[in-house]
Amino acid sequence: MTATIFAQVAVGGLLMGLIYALVAAGLSLIFGLMDVVNFAHGELLMLAMYATFVVWLATGLDPLLLLIPVAFALFALGVAIYHLLMARALSVRFNRGMVQIFVTFGLAILLRGFAQFTFGSDFKSVSSSLLANRTIDLGGVFVPTPQLAAGIVSLLAFGALLVISRTEFGRALEATREDRDAVALIGIDRDRIFALGWGLGAAAVGIAGVMLATFYYVTPNVGANFALIAYVTVALGGFGSLFGALVAGLLIGQVEALTALLIEPSLKQVGMFAIYLAVLMFRPRGLFGTL
Amino acid sequence: METSITRRRRHELIIGATLLAVLALLPLPIHDVYTRNLIIITVLFAGLAQAWNVLGGYCGQISLSHALYFGVGAYVSTLLLTRAGIPPTVGMFAGGALGGLMALLVGWPCFRLSGHYYAIATVVVGEIGYLLALNWDWIGGATGINIPYVRSVGDSWLWLQFRIDKLPYHYAALAFAAVAWLVAWLIEGSRWGFVWRAVKDDPVAARSLAVRIFPSKMAAAAISGALTGIGGAIYAQYVGYIDPDSVLYGQLSILIPLPAVLGGVGTLWGPLVGAAVLIPLSELTRSYLGGSGRGVDLMIYGALIILVALARPQGLASLIGVRVRAPAGADDAAAA
Amino acid sequence: MPPLLEVDNVSKSFGGVAANVNISFDVREGEILGLIGPNGAGKTSLFNAISGAVTPDAGEIRLNGRRISGLSPEQCALLGIARTFQVVRSFDSMTVLENVMVGAFSRLSRTRRAMARALETLAFTGLAARVDTPAHSLTPAEKRRLEVARALATEPRLLLLDEMLTGLTPVEAQSGVQLIRDVRARGVTVMMVEHVMEVLLPLVDRAVVLDLGRVLTIGAPQDVVQNPDVIRAYLGDRYAAA
Repeated sequence: MTATIFAQVAVGGLLMGLIYALVAAGLSLIFGLMDVVNFAHGELLMLAMYATFVVWLATGLDPLLLLIPVAFALFALGVAIYHLLMARALSVRFNRGMVQIFVTFGLAILLRGFAQFTFGSDFKSVSSSLLANRTIDLGGVFVPTPQLAAGIVSLLAFGALLVISRTEFGRALEATREDRDAVALIGIDRDRIFALGWGLGAAAVGIAGVMLATFYYVTPNVGANFALIAYVTVALGGFGSLFGALVAGLLIGQVEALTALLIEPSLKQVGMFAIYLAVLMFRPRGLFGTL
Repeated sequence: METSITRRRRHELIIGATLLAVLALLPLPIHDVYTRNLIIITVLFAGLAQAWNVLGGYCGQISLSHALYFGVGAYVSTLLLTRAGIPPTVGMFAGGALGGLMALLVGWPCFRLSGHYYAIATVVVGEIGYLLALNWDWIGGATGINIPYVRSVGDSWLWLQFRIDKLPYHYAALAFAAVAWLVAWLIEGSRWGFVWRAVKDDPVAARSLAVRIFPSKMAAAAISGALTGIGGAIYAQYVGYIDPDSVLYGQLSILIPLPAVLGGVGTLWGPLVGAAVLIPLSELTRSYLGGSGRGVDLMIYGALIILVALARPQGLASLIGVRVRAPAGADDAAAA
Repeated sequence: MPPLLEVDNVSKSFGGVAANVNISFDVREGEILGLIGPNGAGKTSLFNAISGAVTPDAGEIRLNGRRISGLSPEQCALLGIARTFQVVRSFDSMTVLENVMVGAFSRLSRTRRAMARALETLAFTGLAARVDTPAHSLTPAEKRRLEVARALATEPRLLLLDEMLTGLTPVEAQSGVQLIRDVRARGVTVMMVEHVMEVLLPLVDRAVVLDLGRVLTIGAPQDVVQNPDVIRAYLGDRYAAA
């Protein structure tokens, strides 16, 4: 096995890892804010992918042009989910933790049904775009352009999230996270912050979905797998830590690529899961977790 | 000594026995295969949800790896049958034992984690089990295992095989659900039940009363896993074919607790009520609306789950006057 | 006869902040000992060390001459140390009786016996009428009593009460004082942290005054209030304000 093969695999793992990190960042944001694990997270990704596919099919617009509109659409969806469901789930008096899990699970089932109803259950993919079917030669390492673009966009989106976390809104997010009851006293509208948190989290997944659609097939069930990886990433990085999600996403991308290369492609997820469990044994709150 | 607790427990036994009698007679006038199948699956899930309830409801550990214990039970009894010729009535106890053992193996590392870290770790452990089974050729890999009808024996309770008349499976499932219910009833009245609920409500206070947290969780996990494994073995015999996608898939780990959560978590009747409402609704929407493959059934089912969870967070059982266990405070999601 | 509990040179700090520095005192069998001091004096930290919730960095705590520092809360409970919490921790999914049965189960394994013990304890603490009430719907004063009942059900030799009378109405506090006297009459040694000085001082046999993590003085209540250090550090302001 040559160094080139390893470099090839490492680059592939890096780019995939960036997407994982972005999907996980959305999940982590929502979790960090209101202590809710969104079990419909993968379905948000799936909807973003379908949105990209459908608009591309209908208008021929390049997926890259859809980044912003889809991100906004997902933002709106996230806000709507908060107001319609999660605000209620947060205020129940009984079994709050379980209600939240099963409300988002119910939403996942509903969205999957919706996708199946609207788009059918067969595999769809964006077959032509500015990026499709090209590779770039980086010193002997061949990188398909869709993956490369997805990695770069993910990195940019991640940067945007980090910037947002330093603005006044970000500080309000932080304050809400640290003390949900006290923020009301200092004039922060908790409901609005939560809604925006859901919006941002969903928008992050929306961007990941658009980029993923340029090289990955779409089905109503495509989200489940990515969601599982996102849960692992968030738990590995530490709930509520954006930086942790980035590091964990990159780590998981590498472990997945290397397991596929060195052990057995069909066991690539077992490798990342094993690393995750091993880390949790020593750091029960993940690599950078504080919650 | 007559207290409200002893009185209540006697009433529960009487209701339980009556219900058992009704359920034993229920399929007799029904001859159509579809309805009988529906009843069997409902009863089976009532038992499975009750098994989950032991760990998730009473002890408060939101385990999402019960598909693993279910699958272990199904695979162990099936492999003992196909590889060693051991009858499933024996094999299902081996399956239960290994299901319980597996729950201990999972619990040993995972019970150190709290709240969502625990829930997600259990999801991942379940997924690892699924992926390994998918790639393990000796146990049939992705192809699965066909459970043969042992011709030399014919229809037999010992071999739990019934070719034409599926009614005996109803009694097998009913026996399973009754045992699960009885175990939960015994737990509620014993030291374990009290200690586990203390662990769920407030681990810090529990420790100050000499409750050892980790062994409590492990004991609950072992019982819960063992019962689930037995359920898996019965299911395998009933459907006659198993593969990772039918007995180990990730979503099963949510479908098993679902009736307990929507029916009333940590209560004796919640899993039963939840299964009685949810399973028929899900099966009926699937057969009447799902045939088109258009996902309408999923939409209705998903909406229903959301609706029940939001409208009756304390569980459907509270609608029929079952005593509800009140808010367990902020700690119920993240009890350490 | 050695004292029931010996706190011997105990120090504990959290993240560089010293909560307890070289604390030493004894608790005598059968007494009511008060632990007082301003906020941040290290009272709760000391309670946590005695009940096993934290391990001291240095020093030793002995119960009947046996070292208990470093043991877990559940081991301390089995050895006879029971406690209540500053912020009430009731098992809210259970009834009053069930809450207390959890405590009783620490010594008894049969449900019938645990129930009998719990009922007896509830009668003793004046909660007999609330046996079947869900714990979460009790009044704050009743919840405090519930914690005492639950702790007593473990048959402790030493009961640690963390601000049990704080936040109660004068009438409730007065009946709380009576309950503490009854507990002592039962043969249980009591050590209590309290802010309400006016209630505490007439109740206790001796008081330990903590300030900034150190023992300021130990003695009979009337001596303690006259100690100039105490007046300066704590009581002066308070009494002046009152």
